[in-house]
This record gives sequence, C-alpha cells and structure tokens, in this order.
Amino acid sequence: MQYWYFLTALTLISALMVVLSKNPIHSVLYLVFTFFCISGHYVLLNAQFLMAVNIIVYAGAIMVLFLFVIMMLDLRRNAPESKSTLTKIAGVVTGGTLLVIFIAGTKNMSLGEVGNSYNSQTGMVENLGQLLYKGYLLPFELVSILFFVAMVGAVMLGKREAGERNF
Amino acid sequence: MEITSTVFTAKAIYVGVIFAITLGVAAYSTYFERIFAAFFQDRVGPDRAGPMGILQPLADAVKMFMKEDFIPSNASKWLFITGPCLSMFTALMTSAVIPFGDTVDFGNGLRFDLQGIDVNIGILWVFGVVSLGVYGILVGGWASNNKYSLLGAIRAASQNISYELAMGLSIICILMMTGSLSTKAIVEAQQNGHWNILYQPAGFILFIICAFAECNRTPFDLPECETELIGGYHTEYSSMKLGFYLFAEYINMFISGAVMATLYFGGYDYPFYDVVNDAWGTNIANFIGFGALIGKALLFVFVFMWVRWTLPRFRYDQLMNLGWTGLIPIAMFNVVWTGLSILLPTSFNLPSWGSIGVSWIGIPVLIAGLFVYHAVVGGKKKKVALAR
Repeated sequence: MQYWYFLTALTLISALMVVLSKNPIHSVLYLVFTFFCISGHYVLLNAQFLMAVNIIVYAGAIMVLFLFVIMMLDLRRNAPESKSTLTKIAGVVTGGTLLVIFIAGTKNMSLGEVGNSYNSQTGMVENLGQLLYKGYLLPFELVSILFFVAMVGAVMLGKREAGERNF
Repeated sequence: MEITSTVFTAKAIYVGVIFAITLGVAAYSTYFERIFAAFFQDRVGPDRAGPMGILQPLADAVKMFMKEDFIPSNASKWLFITGPCLSMFTALMTSAVIPFGDTVDFGNGLRFDLQGIDVNIGILWVFGVVSLGVYGILVGGWASNNKYSLLGAIRAASQNISYELAMGLSIICILMMTGSLSTKAIVEAQQNGHWNILYQPAGFILFIICAFAECNRTPFDLPECETELIGGYHTEYSSMKLGFYLFAEYINMFISGAVMATLYFGGYDYPFYDVVNDAWGTNIANFIGFGALIGKALLFVFVFMWVRWTLPRFRYDQLMNLGWTGLIPIAMFNVVWTGLSILLPTSFNLPSWGSIGVSWIGIPVLIAGLFVYHAVVGGKKKKVALAR
C-alpha cells in the first residue's frame, strides 16, 4: 500500500509539472516520467504486459516524436504569447466544470471489498491474449483496420505532390 | 525469512558480477577495437601502456577523468548532465532479463537462477529499454544548445525509431516459434542444439542489421559525422560525460550481443552439455554455460568491430530508405513465412527437420521475389524519373 501512495504522489507531482513548466521540452520530459509512474501502477496491478506496452508505445515512440517536433521548432520565435484575460477565464471555467464532473462521478463510487471472482493472473500476457483473440476477436481486428486507415491517411497527408518542392 | 534474505544476497552478488563483467568488457572493447583497427589497417595499434598496451583502457579512463568538465554557458545545465546518465542507465538496464545461465544448486534446497529477473514479458522489457535509449542522446543533444548537436541527436532518434520497427517484427517471429515472451522460456526452447538461427536465418540477419543501427555503429553511425556535424550529439561534451556516451555505446554492443545469443544462438546452450553434465555435475556444466553465453556475446562484439573496419558507411537517405522500404517489408514477409514453416510440417506430417527446410527455402523465395519486384516496379520508377 505504501508503494501506491508514493507512486501516486510522484505521478501527480510530475503530471502537475507537465502543466506548470515554462519550457515545452521540460513538459515533455515530465510527461515521459508520468508515463513511467503510470507503468508503475500497472505493475502494482500485476499487469506487466500493459506496463511494457505503455513504455514501448508512449514513452518509447510517441513521446520521442513529440520531443522531436518540439526540438525542431525555434522555441524563442514560436513561443506562445501570454494569454488574454478572456482565454484565462474560459480556461478556468472549463477546468472547473471538468472538476465538478469528476467529483460528481466519484462521489457515489463504492470502494468495497474485492469479490471472490478476482483473479490475480488476469493481467498476464497469456490471459490477455486468450481474451483478445478468443472473446474479442472482431473488435480487436476492427481496431487494427482503424489504425490502418489512420496510417494511410497520415501517408496521404505527408505525401509529396508531383512537381512540389518540399525543401 | 532466512531463505529470502539469502536469495536477496545472492541476487545482489549476481547483479554486481554482471555489472562488473559488463563494464570490464566495455572497457576492454575500446582496447580491442583499436587493436583490430590496427590489424585491419596494417598498423601497430596501442602498445605503450603496459605489456602489449593492455593498460590502455585504464590510461584512457584517467585521461577522461582529468580533463576539464565543461558545461556551455547557454546550455540547460541539468538536462546536459542528465543526458549521459540516461544513456548509461538504459544501456545497463537490458541485462536484467538476459538469462546468463541455467539454475545453480547450492545444496539445502537453495536453487538460484543465473538471471536478474525472470519476468514473463522479458523480451518486451528488452524492446522497451532499447526504445528508451534515444532519450539520453536526444536530451543531451538538445541541452547542448548547439545546432550540430541537435542535428546529430535528431538523426540518432529518427534512426532508432525507424529500425525499432523491423527489429520488433523480427522478434515477433521468435515469439511465434517459442510461444512465450519470457527470455528464459526462449532459451529453454533452444536447448540441445535447436538454436533459433536454424529456424530463423532471415530473422537473424534482419535483427543484426537493426542491432547495428540501434547501437549507432558503422555502417549506420550517422549520428556522429565529422564532415557534416562537427562531432554529432556529443560535440559539446568533454571529460567523463563524453566518456559515458562512448562507454554506453560499447555496453550496448556487448548487451545486444548477449541478446542476439539469447534469441538466436541458444543462450547458455553449448555442444556436449550432456557429457560435461555427466562428468562434473550440473553446477559446473551450468557455469560453463554462463561462460558460453559471454563467449557468444564477445563473438558478436568482434563482428561489430569487424564490420566497422570493413564496410563504408551509409548516407542518411540510404539509411532511411533501407529501414523503411527495405527491412520492414522483408520482416513482414518473414513473419508470414515463419507462420508457414510452423504450420506446414504439422499439417503435412513432415519429419521434424521439415520446419528447418521450409524456413531455409524462404530465403531463395525472398530473393527471387525481390528480383521480380525490382524488375517490375524499379523499371516503372526509372521511367517516371525519365519522364520528368
């Protein structure tokens, strides 16, 4: 249990630092650290496969690309100018609404005892694979088609038109 | 409680030993790299420090520590320090899941695996740590506040991301053969000479090419380029920070050698294991297995050096072209063909070597397919280029 508190505190602090850092690069690095903390939570839940995939996909691939793009930008020239009062008010209202929704959602949540149906091996690769390829084969395959469509779309957007100079 | 603490102590000693071996091998790789370079170029090489120059790594280390530790004034100081640390950290982390040896029996029911942790996602751990390896370079290159460092870092990152895909696809074939993600299970499936290299020749070639790219070794050492980038991502680094970057590269070489031995060359398996086992007992046999794995890894380190001093390097666009349009389609073909080589022998009742036969037939099929593809598509591309 004490691991959980420590990890949660670390997660929250690093997630806050993502928002509060002035430098976008620092934000990205804090976000990577947040992903690590979330992976730690997966380990505590005995879901090692999710932990590894979370690190490989988010920390290892997506955040590297983020970092990549931010580094290529000229930060001093493209720094966002400070927000106007209207945007600040809009931000506070949106954030506050979200907070109210979260509180309303968690207020009636019951944190009761874990039933007998709980199986500590649920998160293991073998069980996850059985579930995905037996119980939920069609949704799983449909998701892969969705990814494929997204990939084709990205390639189409990035494709060089005939006669266009991109450099 | 007592047994747990004994296991804990044993694990701590084991981790210390692996750490020492890794660092020692990395230090002496620098020496042997120069010896081999000298041999390939018909020179003498380092021969001043100690007999045959074997104290050269020590002298280099002293030199590294004595140099001025310089941080550029406009650099982001903490990230500048973090960069080499991250590189070192990710380089060392992979060895946790590599099974360096089989179980050793200490008597009193104390059995001890010569492996850091046997998690059931072992190979994904390796893959995850490899994918984190870019952060050290990327952070260090950006924090230097230097255009050339940044360009070198970005080259390294895009190269690593591109080659991870083909590497992952070639690992998938191994998983299909074994049916487990655990590195221990992968090694155990290869005991008694059933090494994966026999079943996965194409996969191994893909994997070793990707390993070269991931370690930033020649012919893919594009992140460092004196003519284009002054130095590369470590242009602004000096003293032991630079030393860490260079050291991490050698550690990566050794560890990726160990990973290749684990995945394709039977891990700690060696010929005549049974004979040794009968003559001197299991423990001795398993310790020889430990030595066999280290030996295989060192052999791969030699291959890394051999290639470095033999092949010229790629151009950056050639590197990207090879990664995305060459290796990934071949890796996908290999995944399909591996499925065939598993299914065909069982459905047609072929003998046990049928699987090996089918997988080796895959290589001529692949080469023929590539020739046909180039004859059809390559001709078209040329015509389009001429029409412009």
